[in-house]
Amino acid sequence: MAEFFRVALAVLAKDLRVEHRSRTAMVSALSFAVLTLVIFNFARDAAALSREAMAPSVLWITFAFSGVVALNRSFALERENAALDGLLMAPVSRGALFLGKYLANLAFVFAVEAVALPLFIVFFGVDIGGVVGGVILVTVLATAGFVAVGTVFAAMTVRTRLAELMLPLLLLPFLLPPVTWAVQATARLLSGRPASEIAGWVRLLGLYDLVFLTACLLVFPSLMDE
Amino acid sequence: MPDILDARRTASRGLMLIAAGLAGLAGVYVLALRFTSVERFQGLPQKIFYVHVPAAWCALLAFSLVGIASALYLWLRDPRLDLFAESAASTGLVFSIVMLTTGPLWGKPVWGTWWTWDARLTFTLILFFLFLGYRALRSALADPLERARFSAVVGILGLVLVPFVHLTVYFFRTLHPQPIVLKPSAPSLPWEMLRTLLVSVGVFTVLLIGFVMTRYGVGRMGAGDWGAEEGGTDGS
Repeated sequence: MAEFFRVALAVLAKDLRVEHRSRTAMVSALSFAVLTLVIFNFARDAAALSREAMAPSVLWITFAFSGVVALNRSFALERENAALDGLLMAPVSRGALFLGKYLANLAFVFAVEAVALPLFIVFFGVDIGGVVGGVILVTVLATAGFVAVGTVFAAMTVRTRLAELMLPLLLLPFLLPPVTWAVQATARLLSGRPASEIAGWVRLLGLYDLVFLTACLLVFPSLMDE
Repeated sequence: MPDILDARRTASRGLMLIAAGLAGLAGVYVLALRFTSVERFQGLPQKIFYVHVPAAWCALLAFSLVGIASALYLWLRDPRLDLFAESAASTGLVFSIVMLTTGPLWGKPVWGTWWTWDARLTFTLILFFLFLGYRALRSALADPLERARFSAVVGILGLVLVPFVHLTVYFFRTLHPQPIVLKPSAPSLPWEMLRTLLVSVGVFTVLLIGFVMTRYGVGRMGAGDWGAEEGGTDGS
């Protein structure tokens, strides 16, 4: 068991080191996030629509799309110079490889979100002071779920033609439920509704994470055997 | 090549089922329009119910078949299971399109809107995208073994997703009619309408089986020996 986590952490460290040296995923995802925020800000008719009404959807469009951009990078990296074959030749559990890649993807997406959230607060002038903990909880739970499925799908789509187009199409049905729950929870948080109204969504998000992380751990090895 | 003959027999049996199903469908139309009374509040648009509900049932059934065949494929690695999953997915895509087009046709006169972001409607859209993604992935992969494994994973994860999305139906306030047949208490549909619905569900299920069998049989005929075309197709 200790071996399992050691391998996972080694894969995570490798991915973070590669990203630290090139910074391609972060930069592309972040510029995408900023672009989205800026476009939404100018698209809004200030007289017709309040910032608060639009804020949750803007936030989640930014998170979901920059997440997909970051996920697309994760296995494209392994494809170059057949790095994946090297990983697969190592006598380690495929589940541990998945966990390592998953944690690395999670770290990317969290990093993008950690930058996009303050930008969102600044650009949109939304006061989330009192509910910042709730917004972070909902974000973490929703991200943890769709990144798990996204990691499995990114490993597959990288083997296809037009990988960058295939991932969003395949991920869409799996992205919709957690994002719709998260956006509803965020909207209620921002409009200061009681915590009891949000508890149901949070539980659903937690359940989604648990079920899909387990399912992905179980199916990932069968993607990798030759 | 007894295999080819076997496949041809499956395909022709499938075609016979389709023919029977189409005749049955004509019967359903007559039964629904001529021998079932018009609903008092919705009027004639309610007749779409007898096509919409069976199509939705078939789409869901097809997706369950895809999921089960996918799980069995990863376990047994039998190429026939992969072909069966593919046949069920293609058929399911067709039924989900029927479901998605008949719904708005009913919604416009009765609700006054083509589409609403109700949980059930969102659910059907998600189901449609699942089929679409599954098909797109298959067409983008050249190596048959890789295609079989990858699409099986999508099929299994899709099967996990479906109950989840269904759960959300209870969380949303909804415009969509509540279940009237499959619910804990007795069906609240008048007998005449229930009869027409059940006949239609039966006919649609026959059509589903016919389509899947035909596609499967044709696939078997084309595939012949599965591994023959392998190797060299994948660029890297």
